[in-house]
Amino acid sequence: MAVITMTINDELVSGVEGQSLLSLIREQGIELPTLCHLEGLEARGGCRLCLVEMQSTQRLLPACTTTAQEGMSIQTHSERLVRYRRMILELLFAERNHVCAVCVMNGRCELQDEAAKIGMDHVRYDYLVPELPMDATHDKFAIDHNRCILCTRCVSVCDSVEGAHTWDVMGRGVNSRVITDLNQPWGSSRSCTSCGKCVQVCPTGALANKGSTVAEMVKRHDFLQWILDGREKKQWVMHNGGSEGRR
Amino acid sequence: MTTLATKRTGRKADKAEPAVSSKIRLATAWLGGCSGCHMSFLDLDEKLIDLAEVVDLVYSPIADVKEFPDHVDVTLVEGAVANVDHLELAEQIRQRSKLVVSFGDCAVTGNVTSLRNKFPLEDLLTKVYHEGPGAVPRGGEYDKIVPALIPRVLPLHQVIEVDAFIPGCPPDPERIWAAVSALLAGEPVVLPEKMRMFG
Repeated sequence: MAVITMTINDELVSGVEGQSLLSLIREQGIELPTLCHLEGLEARGGCRLCLVEMQSTQRLLPACTTTAQEGMSIQTHSERLVRYRRMILELLFAERNHVCAVCVMNGRCELQDEAAKIGMDHVRYDYLVPELPMDATHDKFAIDHNRCILCTRCVSVCDSVEGAHTWDVMGRGVNSRVITDLNQPWGSSRSCTSCGKCVQVCPTGALANKGSTVAEMVKRHDFLQWILDGREKKQWVMHNGGSEGRR
Repeated sequence: MTTLATKRTGRKADKAEPAVSSKIRLATAWLGGCSGCHMSFLDLDEKLIDLAEVVDLVYSPIADVKEFPDHVDVTLVEGAVANVDHLELAEQIRQRSKLVVSFGDCAVTGNVTSLRNKFPLEDLLTKVYHEGPGAVPRGGEYDKIVPALIPRVLPLHQVIEVDAFIPGCPPDPERIWAAVSALLAGEPVVLPEKMRMFG
């Protein structure tokens, strides 16, 4: 595999041809926030938290969906990027009803974590307070749309790993919602295998085990690499991941 | 960033001034919240003794003072703005305090207090009171006895200018101490990551 050389934050670094910018940046020990990205799922560039700035054109590109190129020069933490990241998080908090104190994922939520990391100590925008439902018709799991940030990890893992494609997205813009089957109650879904992968990869308290109450939900990501390594390499090695190690 | 040092210019530096009391005038207020933040404040335990040596607590739910006084240095405000009394007190706090701090998630985000924002006020009162058992209590109209609810619960910074934020439901005593000691030292409140978490 060919080696490429590029510049990250004025430092020369080398990576492998075809490598994503995000993976190369993280290899350097630089922390870049992400919410939709999850190792093992297809990069989507949805949450925009991993935006980086091209030195030459000042263009902003999501690091997860951009391939590292020979001679590229980027900044990962310019004043503008830090400002935008905080704005994105504030908008996510304002868009739905994220009330951390009464959430199943309180203390282990990726949205809550990213806000604390970036120093978002309050939201400057008006809260939209949308009227959103919960669906607790499934035997084992429930979805609370109030907590959903539309990262679509559930859609992705259900499609590409489980192969069921129970989840999808309906509506547009601020009215988008993740749905099961053709917007049927989850409990009546005939495609859902009840495997729970969607629940485990969900970064917030939107998807949770039924019966878990405030701050009780713990999620695991390690199954994902386990399945993918087994499928692709015939190797079964357990990695650590998920919300267990948080706080 | 606003600090007590920048807002107390002249007062702190001038050692010759024979101050009536050289102590910092601290107030705490309780708007639409459960008082959990104040409970957590009391959990400062023996640090309260250290605190009492450098501050005068001039207004607080735990001090019997009826009117919010003038010339307050730092005010910690617990709770969201939920009714007309809160609106009035918030205005007074801002006018009479050098530094105003949103103290806890309800003041910072609206939090649990703002869960009622999904319902129109009429529906809320109907569901809780008019359709409930017993006589209908006051509160629907502003009768000057029970304060009328405002249509939407607001975080404090949407009503008055706020100088610092202490998130948490409730903020634990370590967080409160970190913030309060910074404020009293005239430094900006910069909490470490683990102390910035909502919830």
